[in-house]
Amino acid sequence: MSWHVSTVALLSKALAAKQVSSRELTSYFLERIAKGSRWNAFLDVNPALSLAQAEAADTLRASGLGGPLTGIPVAHKDVFVTRGWHSTAGSKMLENYQSPFDAAVVARLGMPDEQNPTAAGMVCLGKTNMDEFAMGSSNENSAFGAVLNPWNPACVAGGSSGGSAAAVAAGLTPIATGTDTGGSIRQPAALCGLTGIKPSYGRVSRYGMIAYASSLDQAGPIGKSAEDCAWLLSAMSFHDGRDSTSLADSGEDYSRYLNQGWSEPQIKNATKPLSGLRIGLPTEFFAAGLAPEVAQAVEAGAEQLAALGATLCSVTLPKTKLSIPVYYVLAPAEASSNLSRFDGVRFGHRTAQYSDLQELYKKSRSEGFGAEVKRRILIGSYVLSHGYYDAYYLQAQKIRRIIATDFQAAFQHCDVILGPVAPDVAWPLGAKTQDPLQMYLADIYTLSTNLAGLPAMSVPCGFNQNNLPIGMQLIGNYFSEARLLQIAHQYQQASDWHLRQPSEVA
Amino acid sequence: MKLDEVQRIAHLSRLELSEPEAEALLPQLQAIFALVAEMQAVDTSNCEPLAHPILFLRDLAQPLRTDEVSETDQRTANMRSAPAQKDGYFLVPRVLE
Amino acid sequence: MEWEVVIGLETHTQLKTQSKIFSGASTHFGAPANTQACAVDLALPGVLPVLNRQAVEHAIRFGLAIGATIAPSSIFARKNYFYPDLPKGYQISQYEIPVVLGGQVEIIFNGESKLIQLTRAHLEEDAGKSVHEDFIGPHGEPSSGIDLNRAGTPLLEIVTEPVMRSAAEAVAYAKALHSLVVWLDVCDGNMQEGSFRCDANVSVRPMGSEKLGTRCEIKNLNSFRFMEEAMNYEIRRQIELIEDGGEVKQETRLYDPDKKETRSMRSKEDANDYRYFPDPDLLPLQIDQAWVAKVRAGMPILPDAVRNQWQKEFGLSAYDAQLLSQDRATAQLFNALVSLVGQPMAKVAANLVTGELASALNRANLAASDSPLSANDLAPLLERVADGTISNKIAKDIFTILWDEASTGQRSSTIDTIIDQRGWRQISDSGELALLIDQVLTDNAKLVAEFRAGKEKAFNALVGQIMKASQGKANPQQVNDLLRKKLS
Repeated sequence: MSWHVSTVALLSKALAAKQVSSRELTSYFLERIAKGSRWNAFLDVNPALSLAQAEAADTLRASGLGGPLTGIPVAHKDVFVTRGWHSTAGSKMLENYQSPFDAAVVARLGMPDEQNPTAAGMVCLGKTNMDEFAMGSSNENSAFGAVLNPWNPACVAGGSSGGSAAAVAAGLTPIATGTDTGGSIRQPAALCGLTGIKPSYGRVSRYGMIAYASSLDQAGPIGKSAEDCAWLLSAMSFHDGRDSTSLADSGEDYSRYLNQGWSEPQIKNATKPLSGLRIGLPTEFFAAGLAPEVAQAVEAGAEQLAALGATLCSVTLPKTKLSIPVYYVLAPAEASSNLSRFDGVRFGHRTAQYSDLQELYKKSRSEGFGAEVKRRILIGSYVLSHGYYDAYYLQAQKIRRIIATDFQAAFQHCDVILGPVAPDVAWPLGAKTQDPLQMYLADIYTLSTNLAGLPAMSVPCGFNQNNLPIGMQLIGNYFSEARLLQIAHQYQQASDWHLRQPSEVA
Repeated sequence: MKLDEVQRIAHLSRLELSEPEAEALLPQLQAIFALVAEMQAVDTSNCEPLAHPILFLRDLAQPLRTDEVSETDQRTANMRSAPAQKDGYFLVPRVLE
Repeated sequence: MEWEVVIGLETHTQLKTQSKIFSGASTHFGAPANTQACAVDLALPGVLPVLNRQAVEHAIRFGLAIGATIAPSSIFARKNYFYPDLPKGYQISQYEIPVVLGGQVEIIFNGESKLIQLTRAHLEEDAGKSVHEDFIGPHGEPSSGIDLNRAGTPLLEIVTEPVMRSAAEAVAYAKALHSLVVWLDVCDGNMQEGSFRCDANVSVRPMGSEKLGTRCEIKNLNSFRFMEEAMNYEIRRQIELIEDGGEVKQETRLYDPDKKETRSMRSKEDANDYRYFPDPDLLPLQIDQAWVAKVRAGMPILPDAVRNQWQKEFGLSAYDAQLLSQDRATAQLFNALVSLVGQPMAKVAANLVTGELASALNRANLAASDSPLSANDLAPLLERVADGTISNKIAKDIFTILWDEASTGQRSSTIDTIIDQRGWRQISDSGELALLIDQVLTDNAKLVAEFRAGKEKAFNALVGQIMKASQGKANPQQVNDLLRKKLS
């Protein structure tokens, strides 16, 4: 049985029907991971530990305990700290680092225990590769080698959650967790033909997530379908008292609207389930810089949604281009401070030779951090430094409010905003590494949602002529994740982009 | 931005940049800051900064913890990844005041 | 040239909480290294801060006591710099908008009352400690040991305006502030354990000048004596430097109590750009009127209010009022004692507390809060003197017995049983006394003759003989009266 083609929903049914055990599933995926090393999607695997978890999951199910996700394998982006597996954040600075505690997301999705009696009971297959400290859009900034795109191994998988995306696309795991600070869930999902969602800021606890930019980071699932993402998001989202920015528990089931009509629960007209839905297309998202094939696929996606009953209109997000400098001031500023703890004193890389404390700091950090991380630390320290704070940092925070306000104005005219995720499909490895600025400019469609803290999804909507995937982005107002997932699910009932398999993958 | 500024910021961030590294970084940083300068065109005189996106909608307050000891001694586990330690202390080259 | 000294003090007070300001680790002093440093305190990857409510309440309490404004919304900011005792590479503090603004502390200096104006007080976390004993690093290098138990302890940093004009005045303020924070129970005031540390900003300028001179900061003064020595040294140093034609360089200095001089801190030589920005992991601290009212309602009455009350109602002297209000336990004991024996006896009660009790506490090196005798134990003693049962001298002896018993844990005797067992009842019966007096006069004819000859001193000697003959039990006042009558 080709379990790697199945969605989480299907695997759950199979487990419940005892067609397969968690142990069997876990062994199956572990074997595929071992055989699938060419993608470089995984940084740490611990088969004994995974199998032990699988056995515990099977015991739970046998006693009639556990829930729909119990026993289903998941892979975690290496930005989440885990006991039992190393946590490197894709950096030499944390090579071999062993965390004494699990991230909230990991514990919540893992085996139930005293602290987490309602944990989902999923089995961790291992830690996935990522751009170093989540800084990057291609997963070429990893200290442990680039991740290859299963749709074309000569191309990037996207970043920073490239490892998670490649792992799902290559059938090495049914679903994976990622984090999104400026597009790092949505963009690799789009480049790998997957579905991903970045929830509203505050929905998912950041405790145990190695911090990049604290006011922008959010965790979310990358999977094969909106339904799978809904299940995982429901399990991941909770109020965590250890994270001061974690929102009160909504107790929400993000799958609750999946099979309902947009305007009323009972779908009156089966061909128009999204009747009543108003979709806004920002003019700035379809301007120069967008590859024609991507524009075409996204527009086709919009038309498909219209066919399902939605109405389309034009909206404006005037600060779209400005979101780039705003993000590249604020994120590096927070990162420059968050990364100061990596100093070679209490954990992490310490340089071999040093004559005094200052040398210990400088050499450890310079050896441990890659070029992109250093670049962003320098930018960040600069924009916070005396004399520049007002013109750069403060100005960026003010424009940030304008961006959030602009979204509210747009949402007066529509329920959901639709656009591309990235200006182009996956590009060849090495093609953009010479000019960091070019890479930054490609984040244009995703950055503003992080700045505003809004929820957004990436949904597969086509391929280019070289069979490279294209994703469309759905942006909702605060706390409308269930609605975004509903739209994506109905779209996926009427299309099959998300079901395609890369030919490179056995 | 100039080369000596790059080195000054590098020192502030405890990063060591060789001459060639600093020289390679400079044009990259200058290009980035040229983009950043575009922010100046926006009139933000009537605008409050938005430091926390979740405060955009509502006036949330910092949650407060009850004052009680909830952490036990986990020294061994916590210091497992320490590069240099002795008798329960982290070791660093001596700093003379 | 006449010089004017300008001093401002920044005091770091450790707030009395069980756990740290941003984590649940214990703040208890003296634990083995790094056994009270949890993942959050160590800044392990992925950790986040959550604010301790009690630390905020202490800040509110202090702000109310000094008549300051409590900010309804204040912001935590990151102060970024690298140091081994600062695990995150930044300190969570408050910068532009602190929790407490303004306020004043009253001091008595040179016999006069003065109000020292405060700029602000803000919450922040303490750093860890470096230990410089002979640690050797992995390459044989001389090393320091870093203990992060203290990292994350809540601090209230209290900043004055630069209004002090001498080292002595600054110390008077530091002492008054120390008394106040201990009185309020927001800080334990243990300076040896580092609970109360002052940084002094010192500068000089020609008398009459409006412009401030360049200032130097002397850090980490944790004893009042060292504070005064350090500031006086620094003042002299600056004046000499300027008079020799030099310029004072703005820098941070440390006081060396052995060499009795301040010197520049090497590690702080490069001017640090702290790159303050609002901490994105913490939301604004909101303090509403209801919370302030609740804290206000739970506050103890303040020392100067207590002193005023005593002077007005009990007629105590300002001096006695100061002594009795030096700490809350003493004040509480005194108040309890007065409520038991009655207001007319207030002065007598004051004498007991500032006299016998204070001496005994001093000798035993105990604070009033640890006194083995309570107001309940002492009240009967005063009552028995007042009703004539015993004399003052006997009362002192009884006090010693009570103190010794209570100190060793025995509490068997009541005052009445002691009096009866020892036969210490005062002799006030005029008949008995008359017999006693007659006997003494008979035995001391020489003194009688001297008295009749005009020597007043002989009278006192006779009184002394009568007291001796009665083993101190004779009522001195009556003895005086009866003897006077007898000899007239």
